Amino acid sequence: MWLVEARTVFGRARVRALLAVLLAVPVFLAVAVYLAGGPQAGEGPTFLDRASHNGVFTALAGLVVTMPFFIPLSISVVAGDAVAGEANLGTLRYLLIRPAGRARLLAAKGVVTALFCLAAAVDVVLAGLVAGIILFPHGPVVTLSGTTVPFLDGVGRALLASLVVGVSMFGLAAIGLFVSTLTDVPIAAMAVTIGLVIMSAILDGVSQVAFLHPWLFTNYWTSFTDLVRDPMSWHLIWKDFLLQLGYVVVFGAGAWARMLTRDVLA
Amino acid sequence: MAPDLAVETHGLAKLFGGRPAVDGIDLAVPAGSTYGFLGPNGSGKTTTIRMLLGLLTPSAGTWSLLGRAMPDAAMATLPQVGALVEGPAFYPWMSGRENLERFDAMGPGRSSATRSARIADALARVGLTAAAGKKYKAYSLGMRQRLGLASALLVPRRLLVLDEPTNGMDPQGTREIRHLVRDLAADGATVFLSSHLLSEIQQVCSHVGVMHKGRLLAQQTLSELLSSAGPRLRAEVDDAGRAAQVMTGLGMTDVSVSGTQVVGSLGEVLPEECCRRLVGAGVAVRMLVPEHASLEDAFVALTGEGFDVAG
Repeated sequence: MWLVEARTVFGRARVRALLAVLLAVPVFLAVAVYLAGGPQAGEGPTFLDRASHNGVFTALAGLVVTMPFFIPLSISVVAGDAVAGEANLGTLRYLLIRPAGRARLLAAKGVVTALFCLAAAVDVVLAGLVAGIILFPHGPVVTLSGTTVPFLDGVGRALLASLVVGVSMFGLAAIGLFVSTLTDVPIAAMAVTIGLVIMSAILDGVSQVAFLHPWLFTNYWTSFTDLVRDPMSWHLIWKDFLLQLGYVVVFGAGAWARMLTRDVLA
Repeated sequence: MAPDLAVETHGLAKLFGGRPAVDGIDLAVPAGSTYGFLGPNGSGKTTTIRMLLGLLTPSAGTWSLLGRAMPDAAMATLPQVGALVEGPAFYPWMSGRENLERFDAMGPGRSSATRSARIADALARVGLTAAAGKKYKAYSLGMRQRLGLASALLVPRRLLVLDEPTNGMDPQGTREIRHLVRDLAADGATVFLSSHLLSEIQQVCSHVGVMHKGRLLAQQTLSELLSSAGPRLRAEVDDAGRAAQVMTGLGMTDVSVSGTQVVGSLGEVLPEECCRRLVGAGVAVRMLVPEHASLEDAFVALTGEGFDVAG
């Protein structure tokens, strides 16, 4: 069932447009740096100063730039639409009469939303790699620790980083899915979800609420940069995964409870 | 639960914000019948159907479909139930065929090997073959309704729940749906047909349930219901107002005037007696016809009011 769901979601013009925009961002970055020159070392977004040194960093810079907003926005759109969109169209009632089974339908929605998280991040990194390799040198990669690793090792780390970013979006996806079960208006679910991203990011920047920071789902989002150290540091990434798992459990349970009891009027 | 009832409810009720939309109804739909679920807009028909199909949780009461208690048996019974609830709903960016493919695949128990053949059959059955490749958003309301029916007919069903199936259809489409309902019934399926169109129900249904303000006022065979409303007399006269006075004076009820015609329930009054009194009162009678009550007459007799939207 989730395969059918995946075909429907990824076949949608809206979802393809989102992926196209995500694909365009690193390409645009690469072309801009190629034409105008990169920022001075240590300036601009992380990794952008290195983008012209090596194609691998073009991809990583793309991830840094899309991570705070573009990727969460696209995930909010897909997750927020998951159930509310069906309710809005009225197709939810026909899926339930089919009978798809309420829990199974939600599970399919969850799996496909998770797939989209991974697809979004992989999309950015692949586009960045291709653009970076075409426009800039590609050789051994200088890590943040100052050591040098072979080029393919660097490419592998960039791809690994995209998967880590994808997984670190699972908490957000679960929140979006939960919100989506609360309403028949998909745009409301999307807006609430993206609003929560912004709120979490703001709280993350306020030192007065530092006690909250380890619990914010955006807190470890940049931990993927630890993959470009030598050796790779997984400490924060594991912490992030554990936190995401907590969000998935809590909001997944909320979505499940709501889905099973929901009166479908739309 | 009696095995010979396709739909059975006991005290089924649903409150919305404290107000009962459905107020404790006991439906008994015999297996194999074509059951007309009749009532004006807002009388609780669609809410009842949503509860029957497990979309809404009833505030009170129990129900069973095809002899099995719901909602526990939902995954076992619903595959045998085809439904059209409150209009069709599909994905506008997909074609009619793609929509049916998705719904057919989004659940257990449907063979993917026979899918395209079943979809082609269902589309042909509702006359949509030519438009199957068109995007749903380009469909007219009648075509959408047909696609909804096709979706209900993707597999053989023991029970069809059709909520206002002819909504938005032209007279030709309405006729086709009527034939379709008769065919389905002839194949042995129970058809539960909700409508606010009295003539539609009168033409195809064997049994009728009458909903009014959330209550089930009557539930019987169509002929029982029609005879319970009693015979009527229709007169065409020169002075309809005068004739109405005479008829009312005789003890006839529900007397109504339209143009030169007067219609009323005879009750115990004999038609020939009425004729004599009319002529005696100086009313020129051009035509005098005793007739059976229509479903609308029966409805008015039951509810004591016209067929308007309930508040």
